[in-house]
Amino acid sequence: MNIWIAIIGMGIITYALRLGPILLMERIEIGGTARQALRFVPTAVLSAIIFPELFMPGGTLDISLGNERLLAGLLATLVAWRTKSVLWTIAVGMVALWILQAVG
Amino acid sequence: MTDPEAHPSAHPRLSELWSGVRSELPIVLGGIPFGMIYGVLAVAAGLNAWQAQAMSSIVFAGAAQFIGAQMMSTGAALPVLWLTTLVVNLRHVLYSTALGPDLRHLPQRWRWLLAYLLTDEAYVMTAVHYADRRIPIAYKHWFFLGAGFIMWAEWQISTAVGIFLGAQFPANWSLDFTLALTFIAIVFPALQGRPSLAAALSAGIVALLTFTLPYKLGLIIATLTGIVVGVVLENTSPTSRNLGGSGKFPGSE
Repeated sequence: MNIWIAIIGMGIITYALRLGPILLMERIEIGGTARQALRFVPTAVLSAIIFPELFMPGGTLDISLGNERLLAGLLATLVAWRTKSVLWTIAVGMVALWILQAVG
Repeated sequence: MTDPEAHPSAHPRLSELWSGVRSELPIVLGGIPFGMIYGVLAVAAGLNAWQAQAMSSIVFAGAAQFIGAQMMSTGAALPVLWLTTLVVNLRHVLYSTALGPDLRHLPQRWRWLLAYLLTDEAYVMTAVHYADRRIPIAYKHWFFLGAGFIMWAEWQISTAVGIFLGAQFPANWSLDFTLALTFIAIVFPALQGRPSLAAALSAGIVALLTFTLPYKLGLIIATLTGIVVGVVLENTSPTSRNLGGSGKFPGSE
């Protein structure tokens, strides 16, 4: 994949979404269900990325104690839930991963 | 203040600009770690320094950039990458629609500029400012410019710092894992009530089941599944209404 084309395409799409309604003179009505659906986008898309990163680090399903990313990720989940802090979650998760990799 | 169009300040443009910058400052400070994490992660994902920095200037949308860098490193097809960008950034249509009428009196060049600066964070402060009808609307776009610009500057600089830091780490430090960790930190505190929990679980499980599909198509299928599950559950269980997702990627832009 050409990374530059990818980036420019992403930029055009993002800018069009930001600019389009501002340029349109007519007021656009956005329905309740559409707004409702938009609220679930972050949760859905981020979960869809997190799960394979944790459960399939090598490309295949690995639910075992040998899966360091899964163990570190579960610990990080606990930290995220308790502290609500991005920095603590990253710090604990990365240190846990490094320790598990060094031990294993 | 007998003239309703009169601005309380003698220098209304400067005063609005500065007040936009000032009101955005707390959010700007909160965004610095995210910009740095993005920079580190983009390098870990295999982008070179120019590409990582250009994405922050050209796309200028944190969540989409995190996801985009991850998808580029895992070899997603361009249409899937772009479709994901569209879905992830669709919320900007809401902001643009909401502010559109207030910007109608402005020349084209102003509207094109402000649209570029329309992030989650700039929108939040600007919308509050436009809602305050005690201040005349005539100079409020300067507030928007101030809030949008300071956010932009923060994002560019913190990205550059992150790229620099990312380049100092050897590749075997598994820094790509910071992406999953960042997303965990964003998603889990926002899970409130059964619909959002079910949306997360269903999207995650479908992502595992569809992982081997070509072009990263599974990501789109999993995301849509999570959205549908969330909306359906929310509409069938009246007690958990409006407790769904947080609606934005907090501080990630």
